[in-house]
Amino acid sequence: MAHPNGRGAAGQTAAEGLGPVVNDFTLTAATVNGSGSQSANLVLTRALFAMGIPVAPKNVFPSNIEGLPTWFNVRLSPRGYQARRAHTDILVALNAQTWQADAAGMPSGGVVIHEATLPRTGDAAREDCTFYPVPFQRLAKERVANPDLRKYLTNMIYVGVVAELLGIEDAALGSALDAQFRSKPRARSSNLEAIEMGRSYVRESLVKQDGFRVERMNGTEGELLVEGNLAAALGCLMGGCTVMAWYPITPSSSLCEHLIALADRYRTDQATGERRMATIQAEDELAAVGMTLGAAWAGARAMTSTSGPGISLMAEFVGFGYFAEVPAVIFDIQRVGPSTGLPTRTMQGDVSSAYTLSHGDTRHPVLLPGTVSECYEHARLAFDLADRFQTPVFVLSDLDLGMNLWRSRSFAYPQGPFDRGKVLSADDLECLGAPFARYADVDGDAVPWRTLPGTDHPGAGYFTRGSGHDDHARYTESSTAYRGTMERLARKFETIRRAMPAPLCLEEGSEIGLIAYGSSDAAVGEARDMLAERGIDSDYCRVRALPVHADVEGFVARHPRVYVIEQNRDGQLFSILRSELAAALGTRLRSVRYFDGDPIPADAVIEGVLAQEEAPAQAADGLLAAAAATTTTGGRG
Amino acid sequence: MTATATPPPAAGPRNRIGIGRETYKGLPTTLCAGCGHNSITNHLIKALYESAIPPHRLAKTSGIGCSSKAIAYFVESAHGLNAVHGRMPSITTGAKLADRELVMVGISGDGDTASIGLGQYCHLIRRNVDCTYIVEDNGVYGLTKGQFSATADIGSVQKKGQVNEFETIDICGLAVELGASFVARSFSGDGKQLVPLLRAAFAHRGTAVLDVISPCVTFNDHEGSTKSYEYVKAHDTVLQELDFIPADREIVVDYPEGTTTTVRLHDGSEMVLRKLGPEHDPSDRLAALRVVLEGRSRGELVTGLLYVDPEMADLTERERLPQVPLRDLGEAELRLSPDAFAQLLAEWA
Repeated sequence: MAHPNGRGAAGQTAAEGLGPVVNDFTLTAATVNGSGSQSANLVLTRALFAMGIPVAPKNVFPSNIEGLPTWFNVRLSPRGYQARRAHTDILVALNAQTWQADAAGMPSGGVVIHEATLPRTGDAAREDCTFYPVPFQRLAKERVANPDLRKYLTNMIYVGVVAELLGIEDAALGSALDAQFRSKPRARSSNLEAIEMGRSYVRESLVKQDGFRVERMNGTEGELLVEGNLAAALGCLMGGCTVMAWYPITPSSSLCEHLIALADRYRTDQATGERRMATIQAEDELAAVGMTLGAAWAGARAMTSTSGPGISLMAEFVGFGYFAEVPAVIFDIQRVGPSTGLPTRTMQGDVSSAYTLSHGDTRHPVLLPGTVSECYEHARLAFDLADRFQTPVFVLSDLDLGMNLWRSRSFAYPQGPFDRGKVLSADDLECLGAPFARYADVDGDAVPWRTLPGTDHPGAGYFTRGSGHDDHARYTESSTAYRGTMERLARKFETIRRAMPAPLCLEEGSEIGLIAYGSSDAAVGEARDMLAERGIDSDYCRVRALPVHADVEGFVARHPRVYVIEQNRDGQLFSILRSELAAALGTRLRSVRYFDGDPIPADAVIEGVLAQEEAPAQAADGLLAAAAATTTTGGRG
Repeated sequence: MTATATPPPAAGPRNRIGIGRETYKGLPTTLCAGCGHNSITNHLIKALYESAIPPHRLAKTSGIGCSSKAIAYFVESAHGLNAVHGRMPSITTGAKLADRELVMVGISGDGDTASIGLGQYCHLIRRNVDCTYIVEDNGVYGLTKGQFSATADIGSVQKKGQVNEFETIDICGLAVELGASFVARSFSGDGKQLVPLLRAAFAHRGTAVLDVISPCVTFNDHEGSTKSYEYVKAHDTVLQELDFIPADREIVVDYPEGTTTTVRLHDGSEMVLRKLGPEHDPSDRLAALRVVLEGRSRGELVTGLLYVDPEMADLTERERLPQVPLRDLGEAELRLSPDAFAQLLAEWA
């Protein structure tokens, strides 16, 4: 994994001389987790956002409660880029454990604001950065009476120091504090005092020697600043979810916790205390998905959310959902696997496993949101798709998209009613004129009709089972019936394919095509601009769902060389495309893979593409080629 | 299955909602002739008929194993779901949350409950999900031809001669320990006891655990097994004589004063227990645990209603769910209004 503040490549300078750098740099705060640094980081982020400056914050945190190193990166970009940058310009060093490495990782020309007691020795003795020593601990000790608050407010002092050095407006800090401490007015005033402490220390004791500063601009108007898991939770609420079962796991938990909070706020009858939503913390992921399937079988819109280890545990039940045709919505907020992996780092590692989860021949629709607004949209859509096609539907987000704040255009209010799919009421059964056959393909789209338990009609009942069954849901071991069911399920998947979101394609007739999905979108957008500046044009197709939409095939057909960019070792979407596209098109695909555990930066996309443009021999399939590609795209630190 | 709206008029008696006993029957059993599970099915049919459970309100769930096949053999017109092994409790929980008006009857076996599904069994009880949870308990894996289950008694002998070396998991003792609101044990061949227990379980709001000892005629009905028909008949200690009086029948008669415990159930009905020994009070959790353990130490099976708490809040109550089933709520009840939506997004700007 790259060091979180980047280790800029040789020769890379942050400020490129001492001229002013306005609104276009990255700041990293190196702190200790559990020290309250998150509030300070969020206040800083929101203040910059309030000044109209496009910001993109990213947390790099350990799987730990207290005492281990954590880094917070906030990128400012007048062009609005939100991908992680591979290096930082301004370091706020508050953690003695990482001090040497943090200082060593700075590019020449960078700025280091550091706790004054951290020694300027070893890697921190360098002269090519601007160092601002600040006695954070002493200030806190002298000025904060309550020893419990001292640790927390030390972080807020850093916000004041940064605000003064960069020129962040008081009004912007004020509104950020309002948002952060909405329900705790007393905390707001003590935090404001800490910010003021930092500001006055800079005014009284430091002379600004660097060129970095911020200026109010108009880059965030009408935008939201929201994490994908909150956006998805709102999507679930607006999509009519009434049963949510979950088991805590990073980075999925916050989706469920946000949904619980939203249900408390918006689904609770003030007069009676009744809540129009069940939110159950299950004993494990097997039970969570079982409750989801049970609820959806009985007609509720139900979901669960988990991450890789939970997906593995759900495998058997998901196969049941596929074969018995029971709806379910399953969020997978992906983290680094295999096994426990790196629980607090990001990856797109579950694409293959989610797509074909469980034994036997199985296929599941998978939504691949690439932005927080799609986290909201796809969450809503997933419930319609699950009901419509009576099958488990996956929504694959990841830690970067789910847990970091992203700027986004506002979300649209849903138009039209829920799509509850093919459900027969007692009246429908009365008019049917023939016995109800649960698994018969009566409409030619391979999607059968279902009835819900509780339907008051003697012909409504049927038997749902994961064992062999005929059109009337009767147990059978007949090979003819089995083959018929499996062939219909394959045809149903083709119906599903046509209903999934089309890719978003940006094309101007370039020779090079880029395919990406999910949270890689931010890096790919930026990389295309950077490639264009070098005279290399590229077209872009962002895949938004599996099974692969026909438009993806069209995109590949129009480009001789197509790079599939993704955040995993094995090129999981690359492999799916190779197997599902026409053979002649499959050979046009090349794989760019990044799996350092931190969000893919634009540089990695560019390096991955250029390396193969220059040395096409490496584009061959297989793990060795993957290793070659990733050596060029990742591998720092 | 048929699409006819009304069942053909059946001769013979009907229950209080006008439905004949035929409607409560299911497909012909495919279990072995003489299997205890079939007896349980017959008692279930009788109990569902007598309790006048509307067939369309019934939702039958099960796991995997011989026992779990049984949900096909009663009330054919009702919805049923045969889940994956050991996971009936989670399916039942989800279905009840979606539609609180469903009468959930789950059937499991000793392998399904005490081994692979032990975790879900415990947590279903902990949540007090409103359902009848029947364990058709024969101490053996029938469908895979005779391996011991975790409810087999220590020292009991397998058909092929192997001796069980491990302690038994007592499904009732565990349920009591976990805080279950209704725990009973019966025997598949004792309809006189089982039918009232089943009817009480249907009326109980919360998880009603019924461990029904059910001899396996093929793999466990031999000398050496402690769950064979002959063994159980010889060692069965009946705890109480039960009579169940539903709320819709007004007159309760003929029970001797001074020897009864009256349990008031949430649907307004009462269960009257006639005790053989006055020492067992089914509202006393410690006493329930004691009779289970003492019975086991004597090599006896204690049957009857071991414990009941009719007041314990069930999951729908704890979740504060509305009276309208969640699955019937529409856009107006579930979505934020456009104003509330805009206001919420403004907080995120």
